[in-house]
Amino acid sequence: MAAQQIQLTRRRPWSERIIELLLFAAAALGILTTIGIVVILVVQTLQFFQIVNPIDFLTGTVWSASIQPYKFGVLALVSGTLLVAIIAMLIGTPLGLLSAILLSEYSSNRVRNVVKPVLETIAGIPTIVLGFFAINFLSPEILQPLFGVGLFSALAGGIVVGILVTPLIASISEDAMRAVPRGLREGAYAMGATKFEVVRKVVLPAAVSGVMASIILAMSRAVGETMAVVLAVGTFPQFSFNPLESVQTMTAFIVQIVQGETSQGSVQFLSLFAVAMVLFVMTFALNIVSAWFVRRYRTAY
Amino acid sequence: MTTATATPGTQPRFEPALMRRKMNGTIFYGACLLAIAILILALIALLLNVVVVGLPWLDPQFITGMPSRRPTQTGVFPALIGSIQLALIVGAITFPIGIGAAVYLAEYAPDNRITRLLQTNISNLAGVPSIIYGIFGLAVFVRLLGLGPVLFSGAATLALVILPLVIIASIEALKAVPQAQREGAYALGASQWQMVRGSVLPAAAPGIMTGIILAMARAIGEAAPLVVIGAATFVTSLPQPLQGGFTVLPIQVFNWAQRPQADFQGVAAAAIIVILVLIFILNLLALIVRARLSRHIQW
Repeated sequence: MAAQQIQLTRRRPWSERIIELLLFAAAALGILTTIGIVVILVVQTLQFFQIVNPIDFLTGTVWSASIQPYKFGVLALVSGTLLVAIIAMLIGTPLGLLSAILLSEYSSNRVRNVVKPVLETIAGIPTIVLGFFAINFLSPEILQPLFGVGLFSALAGGIVVGILVTPLIASISEDAMRAVPRGLREGAYAMGATKFEVVRKVVLPAAVSGVMASIILAMSRAVGETMAVVLAVGTFPQFSFNPLESVQTMTAFIVQIVQGETSQGSVQFLSLFAVAMVLFVMTFALNIVSAWFVRRYRTAY
Repeated sequence: MTTATATPGTQPRFEPALMRRKMNGTIFYGACLLAIAILILALIALLLNVVVVGLPWLDPQFITGMPSRRPTQTGVFPALIGSIQLALIVGAITFPIGIGAAVYLAEYAPDNRITRLLQTNISNLAGVPSIIYGIFGLAVFVRLLGLGPVLFSGAATLALVILPLVIIASIEALKAVPQAQREGAYALGASQWQMVRGSVLPAAAPGIMTGIILAMARAIGEAAPLVVIGAATFVTSLPQPLQGGFTVLPIQVFNWAQRPQADFQGVAAAAIIVILVLIFILNLLALIVRARLSRHIQW
């Protein structure tokens, strides 16, 4: 963009134009991917809707894709997904926000040198490892004695996904808090506010759009998370908001179908695309809202 | 904290309840430290759990052996080679496309609607769940292009997953190059591409390469899209990119972790250790590459 301001007097040789065209093609590849994803999901979902009534699909609360009578009420999967995501947010939001405040407001070098690597390490751990942790340690050793849950529960899935999204919330929130001008803080100090009052009444309100953006983006991550959840929550789709029960998320259902022996033209296989469509629309909406909040805090200061 | 603000009608005092307000601050700081303590504890529990369960199973035979139905004789060699091949192919695909897209958006693109569409699209793609990319890969690479569920289909799918991340990181790196660097090249008579290739890209290389290597590390740990395109779980021959079934380490872990027997949990943990070591090596590599490439950069 900036380079454009420099005018070249000579006409650009053809080699330069070809290079620019190639670079443009690389940047435009993403558009093809997006179109491809949308077309595949829409076409297959429409095929599914020729067999299953879309209203039954969107409002039904019973999901039974493998046992007759077949029922495709997606709310059973949506509720499982939301339950896991909400538990994840209840854990990830305080952990991520408090880490962000520590990093942005209290950060002595000593604290920073501990907090940053811990968050980066958690962010770098493959999600399947968190799933393994859930069924090998968290569920049997901690949740079973405490709450008497089975090996699979929404709670176990929610906890590991909460750990997983913490670095995301922390990094975006820290960014937003750092963008709050020093002058605001100093003004509050000059009025006699304590450090905690500055954080609570000046920095947090000023950074609220960034904090919201981070939480919504983390929600989107949690809704789309697959491998950590597949192992932890089980394969029992039910319309329930009891965290101690086994549920099934949309992602976990997709994995179950592709792993099984389902034949490709069957209604079960087509239902995978309809579920993926719901998942895509949900995460897309959350991402849009999050991006809107990010723009707000970027332009605020 | 109503005492802290002077509401109309009350007499503002100079230090209203300062002791208590400072106390609240201390309690809050304690809560922040507690949050970090919980995260550290969770991390330690996770790593310790994997090491304690997995280490007894980690022997040379496990690394170089072929998979077996019996956990005591099983090995991860095909999965290990699969993961390494996958990471290399993903890197090879991402390198030109990711840098090309970033260079276009940071250096060439005019400020118009199409450019904004491209940018918005890339940030949206970064938020699409990886399992959806798996469905795209299944429909396009496996079926439409007829490649089948081979290693290359998996690598191409994963390349699409990490491309947005690589492009975003590379744009950041390019934008951090000072404008004087570009003007200097133009002053010497360089064309735009000569300027980009000879002046801007070398200056942005540490940031770009770090981004690509870290994205490869992410690809090594990713399993969801590969499950969807149909990676096999039991492969007794080394994978070939364009034919035959393939498996990778996270798929192996997924397969073993689903079985309740303690022995399978053990080999799953052992395979996790191998993944974590691979990711650690890639992170180390990113540090080294960064240090090497930035030796000559000074501004």
